[in-house]
Amino acid sequence: MSRKPYVRTMSTTTWYMRNGRYKVYVLRELTSFLVAFYCFLTIFALAALASDSPDRWNAFLASQQGTGMVIFHALALLYFLFFQTMPWFKLAPKAMPVQLGEKKLPDSFIIIGHYVAWVILSAFIFWLAGVI
Amino acid sequence: MKIRELELEVMRYDPEKDDEPWFQTYTVPCNEDWVILDAINYVKDNLDTTLAYRWSCHMMVCGSCGMMINGEPSLTCKTFIRDLPDKVRVEPLENFPVERDLVVVLDDVMQKLHKVQPYIIRKDDPPAEDQEYIQSRGALAKFKQLTMCINCMCCYAACPQYGLDNNFIGPAALALAHRYNKDSRDQGQSDRLDILADYDGVWDCSFVGACSEVCPKHVDPAAAIQQMKVDGAVEFWKQKMGIPGDKS
Repeated sequence: MSRKPYVRTMSTTTWYMRNGRYKVYVLRELTSFLVAFYCFLTIFALAALASDSPDRWNAFLASQQGTGMVIFHALALLYFLFFQTMPWFKLAPKAMPVQLGEKKLPDSFIIIGHYVAWVILSAFIFWLAGVI
Repeated sequence: MKIRELELEVMRYDPEKDDEPWFQTYTVPCNEDWVILDAINYVKDNLDTTLAYRWSCHMMVCGSCGMMINGEPSLTCKTFIRDLPDKVRVEPLENFPVERDLVVVLDDVMQKLHKVQPYIIRKDDPPAEDQEYIQSRGALAKFKQLTMCINCMCCYAACPQYGLDNNFIGPAALALAHRYNKDSRDQGQSDRLDILADYDGVWDCSFVGACSEVCPKHVDPAAAIQQMKVDGAVEFWKQKMGIPGDKS
């Protein structure tokens, strides 16, 4: 008797449609496009700033203040919040467990710590930007 | 005992007759307290003796009866019929070649488990005859959860990374490596680093987290892999800066 194992291949283009868990993962990973977009935007902003031309800087600021861009930024912020910040904060205790003696520090401590740090950093940035 | 009829759709593949798998449906009269393995055993004993599948202990210890139940990798001895709809599809574990019916070929993961050197490596002399390696409870707690793995391979069936590229060492083998890296009696972390930090090691994991969600023993391989990424990065910089490695 000869062996003839049957190999089931996973589609490289539609594999994430297999279950909800994979779909959520892909939604999380799709934030990388937004990360790339904001990297380019920062480079644009820095280039405008470095050009020593107030017109160019003001043109950049104006380009970000249109209704379309404001809506885009707001949606991007929400997307980041639900598919980047919240999932990663939830996963943080897995990557960085803290053991005290024989017991593990409860995951909630680490997760709440992340949210507290996020609020403090956000407040700092708002203060820096003169909003508060 | 309440009897409930279950429509059990089982994937069949006979390498001597079939070119590809197909599904056969059995109607199984089940007791409400049965698990899927009981239903499969009923088929084997009463309906179709040709059905091939693996099982042994029926109590979540041996790790042989892992299968896809309605698309989810699970131990069939742990999955109660009362928690499932009237129609259940049973397939062999995903991401593995099918040997026959519900039996998969596990050669690849067996080699990977061996590759990560899952044993205590010592660099110094063994303890004197009347001595032993002492381990505190706190030191044991660092890796005890990882010792619970029963090699059921549900994690590999859940891992899309392994499904797309089976060069990836994968969840159970990496969790096993971490179990020894975290053991206070072990001194082999730098020996394992070459395998773990290689292209097919921990960095191939993109933290889907499915392995940990399906693990019937709550081993949490995804957590182990992320911790190894941190440890590997720390070890890399230690070596770069000439600081001798130690147990963290």
